[in-house]
Amino acid sequence: MAASTSTPAADLRPSGPGPTSGQRRRTLLHRFDIRAAPYGFIAPFFVVFAAFSFYPLLYTFWVSLHQVELSTLDVMSWKGLGNYTDLWQDDRFWNALRNTFTIGVISTVPQLLMALGLAHLLNYHLRGSLFFRVAALAPYATSVGAAALVFSMLFERDFGMINWGLNLVGFGDVDWENEKWPAQFAISTIVIWRWTGYNALLYLAAMQAIPRDRYEAAAIDGASRWQQFRTVTIPGIRATIVFTIVLSTIGATQLFGEPLIFGQGPNGVTGGADNQYQTLGLLLYEEGWRNYQMGRAATIAWAMFLLLVLVFVLQRVISRLASRRPARRKR
Amino acid sequence: MSTETLRGRPAPRRHPAEAAGVPRRRARLSLRQGAGRQHHAGPVAYVLLGFAALLSLFPLYWTTVAASTDNTRVTQTPPPFIPGPNLFKNLSTAWQDATLGKAMGNSLIVASAIATATVLFATLAGFAFAKLRFRGRNILLMLVIGTMLVPPQLGVVPLFMMMSDLGWGQQLPAVIFPTLVSAVGVFFMRQYLAEALPDELVEAGRVDGAHSLRIFWSIVLPIARPAMAVLFMITFVHAWNDFFWPYIALDMSNPTVPVALTQLSAGYVRDQSVIMAGALLGTLPLLAMFVVFGRQIVSGIMQGAVKG
Repeated sequence: MAASTSTPAADLRPSGPGPTSGQRRRTLLHRFDIRAAPYGFIAPFFVVFAAFSFYPLLYTFWVSLHQVELSTLDVMSWKGLGNYTDLWQDDRFWNALRNTFTIGVISTVPQLLMALGLAHLLNYHLRGSLFFRVAALAPYATSVGAAALVFSMLFERDFGMINWGLNLVGFGDVDWENEKWPAQFAISTIVIWRWTGYNALLYLAAMQAIPRDRYEAAAIDGASRWQQFRTVTIPGIRATIVFTIVLSTIGATQLFGEPLIFGQGPNGVTGGADNQYQTLGLLLYEEGWRNYQMGRAATIAWAMFLLLVLVFVLQRVISRLASRRPARRKR
Repeated sequence: MSTETLRGRPAPRRHPAEAAGVPRRRARLSLRQGAGRQHHAGPVAYVLLGFAALLSLFPLYWTTVAASTDNTRVTQTPPPFIPGPNLFKNLSTAWQDATLGKAMGNSLIVASAIATATVLFATLAGFAFAKLRFRGRNILLMLVIGTMLVPPQLGVVPLFMMMSDLGWGQQLPAVIFPTLVSAVGVFFMRQYLAEALPDELVEAGRVDGAHSLRIFWSIVLPIARPAMAVLFMITFVHAWNDFFWPYIALDMSNPTVPVALTQLSAGYVRDQSVIMAGALLGTLPLLAMFVVFGRQIVSGIMQGAVKG
């Protein structure tokens, strides 16, 4: 190994007045190195995070207490909680909140369930398993822009493939963009398509780490495949399931690109002519970069942050409650 | 040295066969066999998997089909299923109309810079967290993990103000700097080095009088290389596809690929087959990367590198 190199510290310095002082300096330097180097190594992460994530997050709150216009960013006039009371009374905010929630549910729940099923299939001893894995991950390589463009074409009302398929089996055309639930469903489809395979691979990794003897023990106890899946697999990948729920929740709260591009052009930012699929992310952008009200945009960002905190607290409480039950049942 | 597999988040338990150290070849980033894998797949499993693969790949295939026809054909029913003759014509039109050439160059710069910095900083920090002792190590590691819960998107308003103060409005540094580090990357490298880097090697370096940076350079880096490569590719994919902040920070005169693609939907381009050609072009570099490095990317994600 490359470890046995000559002492680099020695040849850097002229040997000084005497070996003793040089040595002392070296031990001092060595001790300093041992003490300080770890902090130096982790410093870049914390510096960048502090400068470009943490500080902006705090400053968002400060901006949200002001009226700031996009054209004159350095002019901030104090507004107190005015932006918050405005937001509270703004129907568009509640509408965006509801849409974010419903699209979040429609996209996350089926996505994770399908990922679970897919992971289970991929966990079989397979011929060509690499192909199936890479295929499952291909959508993840597609950018939001491209995926949303393709799906808005597939969901096109007059010539889209999906309506064509629906016609074949005897249904009428669905106006995927202008009607609320179809639009939210279509947008969710884009999210599901892009992220299912990715989550499946996370589940698969966790499944492969489950010791085989647990399955054998369950099989000896006479558990069917389905029972094994429920009593061995699911508890075995619990941590990963929680992790994917957290990630998907963050993703769902921030949803922006899919509805923007699905809305093709001017309707994108408003989330359709009747805001039928405007998410909080889109509303933030509309307030800030369409209506030039940066203070209001900051208020929405801060509201989104509080929403996330709330969701995580709820999620923790629920998973506490849920984990207590099976633990007691075991022994 | 001992061969270790990259380990993922859920702290999996070692399978006996593996602990016994059966195959000693370069097992590090290979797809792991064994462990929880149980039954051979029956025909039903293959059919279902085939269907899943079809759902995954069909939109990509159809993009190519649509991009190779023309506007009249795309807007007819039944929709086209077989490629037409116009692929290259449409690609070049899309290339010009959506300023994709410039966007590709920009995306390449942005994604490379971000991926390089992320890998370097993550390896440094991952090494420190895995192998060096210092006060507050565990708390700081918890803090790193905690930062994953703060989506950077929430700071876009001050970030935008900051960038215009710095004179980076509509400039690439505006999208590079905020994403130079990744908590997930740090955690990923920590997990990897904790297992792959033997303590004795670090100590041997110390005995030889090497300072920490030297140890990092000549002992840690060679061992970390496979994990670094995987982290690089995954970060690259994320940086290439990042949308929200670049959409705000950049404009159409100087876009990244996803930003440039919005032009196609915004009604400047009327020809649907050209739009699809643009979508195809924007995706092509990453798809090519997947074809070449699919195995590494898959195993990297499975070992715990995740959304950045």
